[in-house]
Amino acid sequence: MKQEHNKAHKFGMVIDLDKCTGCGSCMVSCMSENNVPFKDDESDKKKSITWMRVYKLTNGKSFPDTEIVYMPRPCQHCGGKGDHGHSPCVSVCPATATDYGYDTGIVSQIYTRCFGCRYCMGACPYHARYFNWWDPKWPEGMEKYLSPDVSPRMRGIVEKCSFCYHRYQAARDQAYAEGDKDNIPEENYQTACTTACPAGAIVFGDLNNPEHKVHQIVKPDPHPDPRNKHVVGKSRNPKVFRLLERLGTNTKVYYLSDREWVRKQGDNYLEGEWDKIKNHHGDTSHG
Amino acid sequence: MSEIENKAENGSTESAGECTSGDTKDDKGLGLGVIFFIVAFVVCFLSGTLLFPKLLYSKKEQPFNFDHELHVSEAGDCDACHSVREDGSFTGIPKLAVCLDCHAEDPLGETEDEVVFVEEYVNKEKEVPWLVYARQPDCVFFSHAAHTTNTDCKVCHGPIGESNSSRVYEENRLTGYSRDIWGKNIFGIKKHSWDRMKMDDCAECHKKETGHQGYCFQCHK
Repeated sequence: MKQEHNKAHKFGMVIDLDKCTGCGSCMVSCMSENNVPFKDDESDKKKSITWMRVYKLTNGKSFPDTEIVYMPRPCQHCGGKGDHGHSPCVSVCPATATDYGYDTGIVSQIYTRCFGCRYCMGACPYHARYFNWWDPKWPEGMEKYLSPDVSPRMRGIVEKCSFCYHRYQAARDQAYAEGDKDNIPEENYQTACTTACPAGAIVFGDLNNPEHKVHQIVKPDPHPDPRNKHVVGKSRNPKVFRLLERLGTNTKVYYLSDREWVRKQGDNYLEGEWDKIKNHHGDTSHG
Repeated sequence: MSEIENKAENGSTESAGECTSGDTKDDKGLGLGVIFFIVAFVVCFLSGTLLFPKLLYSKKEQPFNFDHELHVSEAGDCDACHSVREDGSFTGIPKLAVCLDCHAEDPLGETEDEVVFVEEYVNKEKEVPWLVYARQPDCVFFSHAAHTTNTDCKVCHGPIGESNSSRVYEENRLTGYSRDIWGKNIFGIKKHSWDRMKMDDCAECHKKETGHQGYCFQCHK
């Protein structure tokens, strides 16, 4: 265990909302990579399954001051309060169908174990989990194009983004074959959405590894937030924020924007509250 | 109701003679019951252990017989045909092209199986549809690259390199999985490490070797 702890990864992502054009390539690549079934009418968001979903945000101002931002939302892979692995979904699952990988920081979903009670969907603050109301139906012949590395899901179970874990497995396999199992280069493990983004808005890597780009952008604070001890890994970059950060879910998906109104959308604030805390970032805590 | 009460009262107060005659009658019934139970138990037990596996598993023959022992002596160890590629993926059962590295020109043997192999597959350039005994369910991820460095093939696959003929492939009619996953023993009892290939068997070894049975995603996909 001790040995495992030393080499623990913490895979995470930072999405530059100023670069995102809302093209939806990440959604498409995610669906084809992970054998996500589609419905007759994909515009019906009550029925469609989108591990990666792009939301539209606006500053609410009328022309000519209107601004629009697109926000891609994969599973946030919460570390839970204090980053101890008690993610909202993991702690409620009665079947242990979802667990927190302390070696990678990735929240799993085991389809054969899930029996579809949907507690996790209720617990997830980010609507990242989806329920299969029907068996997947592929157009004839399309089964042959499914990825063999991801098992397809049946009706009656919950599914969600896995940070393309099968790609991590493949990268690890290669590291084994090359004789150094602990050396997984940054470029060998990248999620499908990251590689598909034409704007390069998504950066993926190991938040624990200072050599990885995601660490250099986010600069996660190793100390708990002095104003909320449940919050760990707050970004020391003033332009970076997380969704509903004050809940202490300690998500591993960070967002980046130059614009203040975008950063304000990451949480709900009382009147006047934002002005008090907007300049507080991890950089103020050093002990 | 009063009748029952009377009977109960009578039973406790009646003479001893009548009581004993009643008891012997009951014993006869009890004896028959015990015999019936034993017979029924034996019938159910035997049909459960002997008949049920036959019902549960369908039997399939391999396309033709394969002599592992001969191939090991001619070609070398397991990794002569089943190897890990450079990118870490596993070749599994070799494709026809690998067989043709040796079986290129003339048939290498005079067995019937060699004739089938050449006529049905080599001449027609068709892949041999081998049935994979160790095929895991779709939700399982297994890395050969991670295991072959420090684990002998035998630990999971058994002494398959010493066999001269392909055994019958048994498929679970309900799940479609190979019988090797559950194991030959219908009670799931195992004597060797290669008798079963269930999740518990993976977890047992992982716990012993690494001190932790691993997180779900380590072996699931």
